[in-house]
Amino acid sequence: MSDILHIRGATKRFSTPDGKSVQALNAVDLDVRASEFVTLLGPSGCGKTTLLRAVSGFETLDSGRIHLDGEDIARVPAFQRPVNTVFQSYALFSHMSVARNVGYALEVRGTNKADRERDVVKALQTVGLVGMEQRKPSQLSGGQRQRVALARAIVAKPKLLLLDEPLSALDRNLRKQMQIELKSLQTELGISFVFVTHDQEEALTMSDRVVVMRDGQIVQIGSPRDIYRKPRSRFVATFVGETNIFAGHIASLSRGNATLKTEDGLTLDMAAEGRSMGEPLSIVLRPSEFTLASKGLKCRVHKVIYAGAEVQLHVKPENLDRVVFVTCNDGEHLPKAGDAVHLSHDPRSAHVLEESESA
Amino acid sequence: MMRRPALLLAPTALFLGVFFVGPLLIIAMFSLLTPGLYGGVEWSYYHWNYGRIFGWADGNLEIFEPIYLKILGRSLLFAAFTVIMCLIVCYPAAWWVSRLQQRWRIVFLFLVTLPFFSSLIVRLYAWLLILKPSGVINDVLMGLGIISEPFDILFTPYAVVLGMIYIMVPFMFLPLYASIDNLDPSVVEASQDLGANSTQTFLKVIIPQTLPGIIGGSTIVFIPSVGNFIVPDVLGGANGLMIGNLVEQQFLSSRNWPMGAALSMLIMAVVLFALLTFARRARQSGGLA
Repeated sequence: MSDILHIRGATKRFSTPDGKSVQALNAVDLDVRASEFVTLLGPSGCGKTTLLRAVSGFETLDSGRIHLDGEDIARVPAFQRPVNTVFQSYALFSHMSVARNVGYALEVRGTNKADRERDVVKALQTVGLVGMEQRKPSQLSGGQRQRVALARAIVAKPKLLLLDEPLSALDRNLRKQMQIELKSLQTELGISFVFVTHDQEEALTMSDRVVVMRDGQIVQIGSPRDIYRKPRSRFVATFVGETNIFAGHIASLSRGNATLKTEDGLTLDMAAEGRSMGEPLSIVLRPSEFTLASKGLKCRVHKVIYAGAEVQLHVKPENLDRVVFVTCNDGEHLPKAGDAVHLSHDPRSAHVLEESESA
Repeated sequence: MMRRPALLLAPTALFLGVFFVGPLLIIAMFSLLTPGLYGGVEWSYYHWNYGRIFGWADGNLEIFEPIYLKILGRSLLFAAFTVIMCLIVCYPAAWWVSRLQQRWRIVFLFLVTLPFFSSLIVRLYAWLLILKPSGVINDVLMGLGIISEPFDILFTPYAVVLGMIYIMVPFMFLPLYASIDNLDPSVVEASQDLGANSTQTFLKVIIPQTLPGIIGGSTIVFIPSVGNFIVPDVLGGANGLMIGNLVEQQFLSSRNWPMGAALSMLIMAVVLFALLTFARRARQSGGLA
């Protein structure tokens, strides 16, 4: 399958008002395939929005190339790029009706009125807003405005749709619903989406691939499952979901199994494949990979956080001052704070970090 | 205190009632009374004040000379031109200032209000010195050899409009600036993102979004411009006479108070009508585009 977007060596430096300079993008390479949902995920200031704006044409790169559908768009002004954006604040035109907002892209390129009206109705149908044509944006709810922004951005059939944290202003339930709708919309339209967010859950829910960014660089690209289960670095592991990281060295090796001994004296089972005696390393164990068992690591429950279907436990291994996060299902034998429990895990579920970066 | 919000309005209502509505009613009444022989009014109904304005002086239907309407028309034209020129001068400047860093914006906003620190009359006499045949402009242009004879701009309508633009620029600038500063930059980006070029974005998005400032600025420039009499007094000479000068003359030199009152009422009616039409049409079309 061909790539719709091709970014090589994207570099951008900003100077702040107090004279410092910030490296917003540092030699970023990224390819987006046709009909793919890609999410740029990272904390604020990681460069994800700058990258998006470089594609839409509102930011000029210091160096690097951007190819859209095989064409170098470095010198193409924003208004001529076949790319549309859903803005974080929606940026609707408050003086225009919903219909005129949605038809704006067609209006400015001189599409005739009949075609324009037909496409506007179609776009409004796609986002479920038929009948709202004559309203002004101020007469709509937040969720409806979001849909108008979406309809406006897809009406001209862009080659690529960019979404800059479009769900951040919605309440939780609506956000969840829009996540699913966005994903199915993308499948239906068959155009590539590049979605920017700092919300890891959002990224995991919708994406075909997640691009984790930090300090202007891409630190990992992979499927949501890979990003969650096989984070390459400590940063990705901690940024994407709650996690437990154990740093130590291999203390024993035997048929298939190895044990890791941490600095504070914990021993944990893991797969032995590719490991060598005494090797220093860090492993990741997600909270859901621990089970409460009759034997195993002896711990005491420190906190119980009830969150509906799932219950989060903060447990402390005996005699140690570290907290291990564990999730279990809400059942009859829910432990209480102060209870003694045993934790066990499948040794193969322990994922080894490529500890190339610290912190 | 907040249980009776109407009380909050009381000071304003009282002040405007006594010093605006009251005098206005007096003017309205005077405009329908007979002029006194040596100023003042005779207390008898007389509608030929208005008759005279519309062209028939003192009940004589044979002579038709709408000189007052012509001067009113000219005043409206001057005022409209002043509004347009102020818009052209201020819009780019307000845009530029609104994109500056905070501390520089304050500096420029201060500079815009700087003319208020000196007397209007003094500033207008300064223009007299600038524009007169042996003034600064003519000296420079002739010194450079661009013109051989001095420009005769002083005591022409051009000098009047120039002077009015000069005194009105700050009044246009501030509301425009407020509106432009309020403009959400992402709305402008959205327009470009959707394929609109700069002209389309300006006409279809930026102008309508800043329309409150345009209407506000135009209003507060237009109203005092129509009735202005100081600028034509100083810079206008005989050809630059405006309706405001007529009102002034009627009250102070001709001592025809009812006539002056009738002219004032006419100015008010016309200005009100013009503004309402302008504001309604601007709002209906969702912009000037």
